[in-house]
Amino acid sequence: MDDRNAKPGPSVDRDDRDDRELAERLHALERELDKGRAARDTEASRDAAPARPGMALGLRLAADFVAGVVLGAALGWGLDRLLGTSPWGLVVFLLLGFAAGILNAMRSAGLLKPGPPGPDDRPG
Amino acid sequence: MAYDPIHQFQIQKLIPIEVGGVDFSFTNASLFMVLTVAGASAFLILSTRGRGLVPSRWQSAAELTYEFIAQTLRESTGSDGMRFFPFVFSLFMFILVANLWGMFPYFFTVTSHIVITGAMAVMVILMVVGFGLWRHKFGFFQLFVPRGVPVVILPFIVVIEILSFLSRPLSLSIRLFANMLAGHITLKVFAGFVTALASLGAIGVLGAILPLFATVALTALEFLVAALQAYVFAILTSLYLNDALHPSH
Repeated sequence: MDDRNAKPGPSVDRDDRDDRELAERLHALERELDKGRAARDTEASRDAAPARPGMALGLRLAADFVAGVVLGAALGWGLDRLLGTSPWGLVVFLLLGFAAGILNAMRSAGLLKPGPPGPDDRPG
Repeated sequence: MAYDPIHQFQIQKLIPIEVGGVDFSFTNASLFMVLTVAGASAFLILSTRGRGLVPSRWQSAAELTYEFIAQTLRESTGSDGMRFFPFVFSLFMFILVANLWGMFPYFFTVTSHIVITGAMAVMVILMVVGFGLWRHKFGFFQLFVPRGVPVVILPFIVVIEILSFLSRPLSLSIRLFANMLAGHITLKVFAGFVTALASLGAIGVLGAILPLFATVALTALEFLVAALQAYVFAILTSLYLNDALHPSH
């Protein structure tokens, strides 16, 4: 314990050198991290929903599908009430809602990739 | 009442308050929302009080939740989306703590009510629309126009995309609420079997062993669901926020 404090001369020097080395290493680390960050940003994966075991996935797909159908029906019914076009609003929007529900479910199952690989470099 | 599996979801007024004919009563739901916020705040504030460079166990738990949500958000929206971190993290902590409070016997599960999950889902979607319009102005609407679609069927596709977008808050709220509701009812029903069978005498007690094991297993499953649903809500929120940040389809 005592003899570490007893020789301050060389240890100060070493501290100084250590500091410089540490600063360099920190810079290097910062560069590495920046590289990582840039990579992460470019590949900011769109639908990175992880695979989960059956029950949870089933409930999730069911909720997605039902939501589409229910929303379509509700919108159609509401339009019918407003415009007096019964039953056409309900019929049309229920079908569209069905399609939207399928789209939801397929999207959250990861079966649908977001658009064809086109020029995806719009500002945004 | 003892075997009624729905009874636990009833709203009871604890302190009746009425302002101008509108009911503002402090109910058991309000109480558990206050408890949820208090619990989440206490966990985060108390555990990070030490600010050790080498974290204590509690601090480590708090840092793990932080890192976990930060990583989830960053992976689905990029560093740009980190401006939404406070929002997503608050949602996650609220849902997680509310679900966990609900695991105590005789406690009320806030997230098993669609009013509450719906309010959160609407908040998310309003934020997506609001931020998308503010950031991209009219360009936000290209979210509804997928590329590479023939012009003939484009109107249909756009309507379907809009419906699909509008159904998001619905599916977000239904998923959380249905999971919590179904889980708690199942648990209650199986636990009800145990008491009902055990009161039938010796054979009944033997028969009650199976539902007892089922109840224990379901309790474990419910803990999993409590954490998983909070995570699912958080990750879907980040995916939707990603649409607001990068609307190009």
